[in-house]
Amino acid sequence: MNVRLYVWQRATAVLLLPLLLLHLLVIFYASRKGLSAADILARTRGSVAWALYYGVFVAAICVHASIGVRTVLAEWTPLPARAVNPAAILFGVLLAMLGFRAVIAVVLP
Amino acid sequence: MAATLQVSLWRGGTEGRYVDYDVPVRQSQTVLDVVTFVQRHLDSTLSYRFACRVGMCGSCAMTVNGRPRWTCRTHVSKVAADGRLQIGPLENLPVIKDLAADMRQFFEKWQGAKGRFAPSKTRSDPIERILPDSAPRLAANAGIECINCGVCYAACDTVRWNPEYLGPAALNRAWTLVNDVRDAGNIERLTAISASGGCHACHSHQSCQEHCPLALNPTASIAGLKRRTAQAYLRGEIKP
Repeated sequence: MNVRLYVWQRATAVLLLPLLLLHLLVIFYASRKGLSAADILARTRGSVAWALYYGVFVAAICVHASIGVRTVLAEWTPLPARAVNPAAILFGVLLAMLGFRAVIAVVLP
Repeated sequence: MAATLQVSLWRGGTEGRYVDYDVPVRQSQTVLDVVTFVQRHLDSTLSYRFACRVGMCGSCAMTVNGRPRWTCRTHVSKVAADGRLQIGPLENLPVIKDLAADMRQFFEKWQGAKGRFAPSKTRSDPIERILPDSAPRLAANAGIECINCGVCYAACDTVRWNPEYLGPAALNRAWTLVNDVRDAGNIERLTAISASGGCHACHSHQSCQEHCPLALNPTASIAGLKRRTAQAYLRGEIKP
């Protein structure tokens, strides 16, 4: 890892900390209140705030996790060095597709 | 403790095996004494490295019962309570022969981390005054006693997993120079240790400080380098 990746990973970690706490609180709140899927969708559909919140959340996770996975691939797998970056980028893109698909599903009106 | 130690020594190069020897127990016996006894009395072809015998030169480090240690300052009674000793060359380095590890990559990485003082003045200039209690001097002091024994390098998981990682000793040295106000090589140094294999590869497992015979803390030095390089990068002073 070089300093550029290090700064990106630390910066997204700082961003993720409050976002993750809020995410956990949302889960806690939704399950304690016994909200149904319809109740949740009624709150999130068409909401710019929820779209922004989970959009930023997913973007930060994609950057943060793919940098971490890159290190794991480089140090713990026999993957050749030239394949590590493409594999980590592919992992980040897959995360982004899954994450943004979920965000779109809950916020699009 | 038994009157005889059962000693297993690594024999051969990278390919080799442990060979057993019986060595008489002596009072205040060090692990280096044991190895020397084998070489002088049991098998003169045994190869190992030592010089000062008092923990100053950093040349006698070996793997003793699974841990990297200075053999000259390790008493047998502390590490072989059951009368058994297994001694091998330092880990994470190629083996030259028997207990002698090839230290070349260790010192090349020292150079790679720009661990050489870069003077900012000439001999005609007055001597720089450095206050002993100034923050940079205190930071340099914390790491400056390293004698390059390679124990931290042998103990480091990241060195094991990432062959290009510069390692704790070289980075600790770089940190002492980063805090040397007389040094003029910091941009080059910070650039070198910001590249792949530099300080950001450290996982902070802290094996270096756990094993350092001088109780130095290279992990703390590396953490300082991570902060300093990140600041320099964000200010545009260095480019990875």
